[in-house]
Amino acid sequence: MSSNQKSFWTPGNILTAFILAGGLVLTVLRFTQGIGAVTNLDDNNPWGVWIGFDLLCGVALAAGGYVTSASCYLFGLKKYHSAVRPAITTAFLGYFFVVIALLYDLGHPWRLPYPLVWSQGTTSLLFEVGLCVATYVTVLFVEWSPAALEWLGFRKIRNFVIKLTLPLTILGVVLSTMHQSSLGALFVIAPGKLHPLWYSSFLPVFFFMSSMVAGASMVIFEGALTHKGLHHKMDKTHLEEAEGVAFGMAKAASFILLGYFFIKMFDITMDNDWHYLATGYGALFMVEMLGFVALPAFLYALGVREKNLTMVRVASVFGVLGIVFNRFNVSMLAFNWQLPASERYFPHWMEIGISIFIVTLIVTTYRFIATKMPVLYEHPEYKDAH
Amino acid sequence: MHRRKFLSLLGGAGLASAMGVTKSQAASGHSFNGYPDAMGVLHDSTRCIGCRKCEEACYQVNDLPKPEKEFKDLTVLDTKRRTDAKTYTVVNKYNTAGLEHPIFRKQQCNHCMEPACASACFVKAFTKNSDGSVTYNGDLCVGCRYCMIACPFSVPTFEYDDAFDPLIQKCTMCHPRIQEGKLPGCVEICPKEALTFGRREDLLGIARDRIRKYPDRYVKHIYGEHEAGGTNWLYLSGVPHTELGQIEVGKTSAPELTSGALGAVPMVVGIWPVLLTGAYAISKRKEKIAQEEKAEAVRATRESAQEEAEAALKAAMDKATKDKAAAVEREVKKAVAEAEKAFEEKLAAAQAPAGEADTGAGESPEEEA
Repeated sequence: MSSNQKSFWTPGNILTAFILAGGLVLTVLRFTQGIGAVTNLDDNNPWGVWIGFDLLCGVALAAGGYVTSASCYLFGLKKYHSAVRPAITTAFLGYFFVVIALLYDLGHPWRLPYPLVWSQGTTSLLFEVGLCVATYVTVLFVEWSPAALEWLGFRKIRNFVIKLTLPLTILGVVLSTMHQSSLGALFVIAPGKLHPLWYSSFLPVFFFMSSMVAGASMVIFEGALTHKGLHHKMDKTHLEEAEGVAFGMAKAASFILLGYFFIKMFDITMDNDWHYLATGYGALFMVEMLGFVALPAFLYALGVREKNLTMVRVASVFGVLGIVFNRFNVSMLAFNWQLPASERYFPHWMEIGISIFIVTLIVTTYRFIATKMPVLYEHPEYKDAH
Repeated sequence: MHRRKFLSLLGGAGLASAMGVTKSQAASGHSFNGYPDAMGVLHDSTRCIGCRKCEEACYQVNDLPKPEKEFKDLTVLDTKRRTDAKTYTVVNKYNTAGLEHPIFRKQQCNHCMEPACASACFVKAFTKNSDGSVTYNGDLCVGCRYCMIACPFSVPTFEYDDAFDPLIQKCTMCHPRIQEGKLPGCVEICPKEALTFGRREDLLGIARDRIRKYPDRYVKHIYGEHEAGGTNWLYLSGVPHTELGQIEVGKTSAPELTSGALGAVPMVVGIWPVLLTGAYAISKRKEKIAQEEKAEAVRATRESAQEEAEAALKAAMDKATKDKAAAVEREVKKAVAEAEKAFEEKLAAAQAPAGEADTGAGESPEEEA
């Protein structure tokens, strides 16, 4: 791109530049005028899209990192090897920008390290989330660093980091299990506020299971996207393995979604919440369960059986949207459900603007990394990565 | 076994299990019944006249910014209000079916015995004091507002309009005044004794007495006795509390709600690495076995191929030896025949004058061969 100045101002790049410029303006507004000036948050609704989307969805959709690296290195599914680097890269960027996005939502962003170094509130599930995310973003950085080190030509450090792969992968799964589930557990403290169809003492389990689906779906979904935009950057191995990766992930996602569907049903039965299904919230719940759990489970299964890549990719879109829908339901739509409509929350356009800005930052950084560094291909001088 | 020894063993077991119970209960918050001398306030909505004096006292005591409308202005009560960063307490008016007069209820922090805000705060910015009050330290606060999500009564408020030092604000039960031996501002000013300050235990007694003496005047429920694990503010009412906007929050305290999820943490940290290393070892072993099997198959194939080749070579060699022997024999015979022939020719040449009988004699040795 940079070598050819004429082709730099493509429609995509113009849009990116426009969003980034707008985001900077909103950023200045947020940090000089306060949270109240750019959001519709209030005393009844302290958490909006910045938590519901940037944090909850961001972390879930970055789960591809631990799902892929665990499949490849721990469970010996070597055919996923070419998918590990793109997945780790996305996960690292995902988590890094989750932290960046969080700074917008915090009243005292510069105090973010407080729970780690100054005053530990160990009874809080948010403490667990904070500790795990802080550690995991570091782990992901180290796991991702070989791509940058190969690009920069730091052979010795790179070889040392490669040796850490196994312990880092195990640590990654441990940390992911804990914070993915803790994000759900955050809401266990508020039984009076979250609608009974979503409230459960098993929220941590639901969040963890669905994060695996999110990870698998994102690997397929991003795969489809990068094949469109960055096909020329992929080596023969990556291209040959890509289909197998998609089908493998689809198969796993199908099974997990099916299991998820059943444990959700068990949960509704155990709490005897069936009568809520006849209400408006029941309809919302049914849309989630049938449209974004059962349907993708079925499409994934069918796609794998028929070896139909298009169907698997369609299913992954439903999987990704389903995670977003679920996290929105838990944190916003079904939260404060007993409040009258006038006291409910709807995001301010500037809140959404900041979220779009953050997503654009992630995509732009990914494009930069994937064009410069050996992510979608193996560096010719380092063929031992297997 | 001696009876005494048996009993002491039993006692030991009992003690151990009792300790075990204490430990697990501490983790789940079961055993905490509040500080013994914790104070509280009893609000009797059958006595409250909605004069807003308590609001005014709160504003003066806490040095809060002046509201738009005067505290004397009772039209404010016509719209439902909630506490915010500039208002620690509000009185709301409720018109309930079957009653001619409205009912007023005061709202503020309920000062839970096991506060959800304190349990949820990841920097320990909230403190449950032994006097029953829950106070907040703004110097630690990160501003994540998880306390607001966690509070079952939606009490903590946030200074959304402050860009540089936005803090959580809520009623402190006049903790500094209690320390000085004074009453909370709202209690002190209340002209109708709708608010009673005292030890929580005593307040429960007073509330029960009132319900017993005037069964027609009160519903048999002290809101706050068990709500959210018990609160230091208690409420009496003549109508169901839900009609005064006091939602059903359940008896479970915040620490009890989250103990399961928190308790799972050490298990994940302990068990996952073991299982995952196991999974890694299994996949490695599978790989190793697969490699060994492959190597074995290669070796077997190579061996059989070699055997075949050797056999073929041997056969070829044998054949070659045979052929060679035959060729040698043939050559020898040929040479012998030639030598004989030459000898006979010589002989014939010597006997030539003897006549033409040589041709017949020359043929006979060839027939013999």
